[in-house]
Amino acid sequence: MIFANPSSPEKTSERLQPTGWLRYFSFSLDHKVIGLQYLICGFIFYLIGGSLASAIRVELTSPISDFMARDVYNQVLTLHGTIMIFLWIVPVVNGAFGNYLIPFYVGARDMAFPRLNAVAFWLIPPAGLMLISSYFITGAAESGWTAYPPLSITTPATGQIIWIISVLLLGGSSIFGGINFIATILKLRQPGLKLMQLPMYCWAMLGTSILVVLSTPVLAGTLILLSFDIVAHTGFFNPSMGGNVIVYQHLFWFYSHPAVYIMVLPAFGLVSEILPVHCRKPLFGYTTMVYSIMAIVGLGLVVWAHHMFTSGTPPWMRLFFTIATSFIAVPTGIKFFNWVATLWGGKISLNSAVLFSCGFIINFVLGGITGVALAQVPFDVHVHDTYFVVAHFHYIVYGGSVFVIFSSIYHWYPKFTGRMLNENIGRLHFVLTFIGFNLCFAPQHWLGLNGMPRRVAEYDPQFTFVNQLSSAGALLMALSTLPFLWNVINSAMNGPIAGDNPWRALTPEWLTSSPPPVENWEGKAPLVNEPYGYGRSTKNPKSPNDGERDTK
Amino acid sequence: MTTIAPVEQSPEKEVTQIEDHADFRLFGLAAFLVADGMTFAGFFAAYLTFKAVNPLLPDAIYELELPLPTLNTVLLLVSSATFHRAGQALRKDNAMLCQRWLLITAGLGLAFLASQMVEYFTLPFGLTDNLYASTFYALTGFHGLHVTLGALMILIVWWQSRSPGGRITSKNQFPLEAAELYWHFVDGIWVILFIILYLL
Ligand code: HEM
Ligand SMILES: [Cu+2]
Repeated sequence: MIFANPSSPEKTSERLQPTGWLRYFSFSLDHKVIGLQYLICGFIFYLIGGSLASAIRVELTSPISDFMARDVYNQVLTLHGTIMIFLWIVPVVNGAFGNYLIPFYVGARDMAFPRLNAVAFWLIPPAGLMLISSYFITGAAESGWTAYPPLSITTPATGQIIWIISVLLLGGSSIFGGINFIATILKLRQPGLKLMQLPMYCWAMLGTSILVVLSTPVLAGTLILLSFDIVAHTGFFNPSMGGNVIVYQHLFWFYSHPAVYIMVLPAFGLVSEILPVHCRKPLFGYTTMVYSIMAIVGLGLVVWAHHMFTSGTPPWMRLFFTIATSFIAVPTGIKFFNWVATLWGGKISLNSAVLFSCGFIINFVLGGITGVALAQVPFDVHVHDTYFVVAHFHYIVYGGSVFVIFSSIYHWYPKFTGRMLNENIGRLHFVLTFIGFNLCFAPQHWLGLNGMPRRVAEYDPQFTFVNQLSSAGALLMALSTLPFLWNVINSAMNGPIAGDNPWRALTPEWLTSSPPPVENWEGKAPLVNEPYGYGRSTKNPKSPNDGERDTK
Repeated sequence: MTTIAPVEQSPEKEVTQIEDHADFRLFGLAAFLVADGMTFAGFFAAYLTFKAVNPLLPDAIYELELPLPTLNTVLLLVSSATFHRAGQALRKDNAMLCQRWLLITAGLGLAFLASQMVEYFTLPFGLTDNLYASTFYALTGFHGLHVTLGALMILIVWWQSRSPGGRITSKNQFPLEAAELYWHFVDGIWVILFIILYLL
């Protein structure tokens, strides 16, 4: 049934939108504006979360809690984790780049549900502000980003409840976004564009959105039960009232293991977009990439209890979850080799985008290896809840997702703003970040293996020196943000004009002006059946690739 | 949003006309219901695990009376059928009939809520008595919230189809179809809930 829907917001004509910079502060329905709103908002929260991280590292330069009181440390730690996950990585790798790119990739003028899209974004700033202000008003939650009971029902209630409400809002935002992406990718595709011709980021977002829709509601339900325990004094998760804390852990990880893929699958997709452009080669193994993503989605839903090996899980459960988790390394490994093969023999330009993508590949492999190690019960029972786990997941969420976010900013900034970033400052940013990151987190493997527990403000003095090393790395990371900030702000005003397609890329977002018009393309949307046809001559005379045969 | 409306009403002023596409709001709603269903799945899983690994003390065990919940099940199942009739009537452009079926459906929904209330007040346990009681109220309460929302939706649809320039006609069925899909979903959840909570 096709009909013109009078109130349909798909008619995003220029006149319906505020123009100029003001539109970034308005309830805009334009997917590109919403995408950048996600990005900028996310980045502000990243700066806040980063300051909290610096505070944590300052505290940990000495074995006693001198910089912060212990309960303040717990609040800072909780805020840091929650902000970084729910307000920075998830909204940016999904919301920001997803909203900006997916309509281009499917050849549409906007997302399937533009109004829902705007609502999803505008849930985020209030949720974030509420979370942060809880620190100043009542004291923030103290039980970590996992909010495990009974800790979360015995620590001060107000902060915990505010935490729950913000996470519920953010979860709702994420679900609305997920529904929108699924509808856009499956239903809004241009006629003639087959699923297997979509740029890889679409597949990554499809997989991610399936995870979001299936797992986020479970977290929401769980947190509602938790809030009953706190407010109404029910005993779902309160052992002293006959409740069961393990059930909370199962439900929580049923969301939160998929959540790690919600943070990293879109990053996989973004890297798969960036590498081919800058190596002038087709993405290696497109089909295997698609199947790996779907395999990760499927497996990702059935590995959650590897976070619970020390929670008294029965042997059969340990066995099952060890095997299932180890299996995830297979599709992940396939993707890794495909990226390497894409780079192999390519005409690589070592610009900031590529550097950050390569940094991602290196860090991600390290994080993946420690992940497989952690999946083995005999090893995990020794290092669970130590700094080894902290090192593992930072290699993946920071070394993986955050590196990709930076890479993507370097890659798409010309499209966003119409101007180029300064490459030398970009490379400086990369070098500082890469060294700082590895200096900060590599020593934490050693700390964990030697028994330093995570989430505590004080530690055995024998760990002092290595902790100081780690803090030095954190300082470098914090400093590395400065050239980046200067670069993006200065280039927005003074950078050289980028032109429509500075990278000579083939994907549809580049086949329009920079920044693109409200309706994405003047005239008809281009039909791109071969988004990775680099190094092949194409029939299209306008293709930026024409006549190019620069691979061996 | 209100500032947008006047512009939309003067199409001659529009600079660009963006493509119209098929309406997939129902698809979006279905995806949302999958998500909503997962919330219930989480609750069910929690309940079944509690039941399996946290046995209650003998004096806390209480056999639920079946007549009232069985009546509730019948009420909801019948209301699904009546809603279906309302949709059929709308497609045949029989507004009067459609409205009547809608009212009956809403009535059945409200009757369900009333009888649920009666059950709540006659039960010998309260929200915080024990794990089982808490789960019982959480599950039925969360479902009852869905029924309340659904009944409201039906009444809104009914109201909209009543007004002379009614927005809901055979040419604009979406609100009715959406409410109907949602209502069937809520009924389906109740059947599972009834089996797990009362029969198991
Ligand atoms: C090869 C794939 C991976 C494997 C086999 C793996 C395995 C594991 C295991 C077994 C743990 C539990 C360690 C413990 O608490 O004792 C863990 C923790 C963690 N992993 Fe991974 N992981 C993998 C990939 C990822 C990815 C892709 C991410 C994020 C994008 C990630 C993020 C995390 C986080 C955040 C934790 C710690 C959660 C917490 O306790 O706060 N992992 N991983
Ligand atoms: Cu996991």
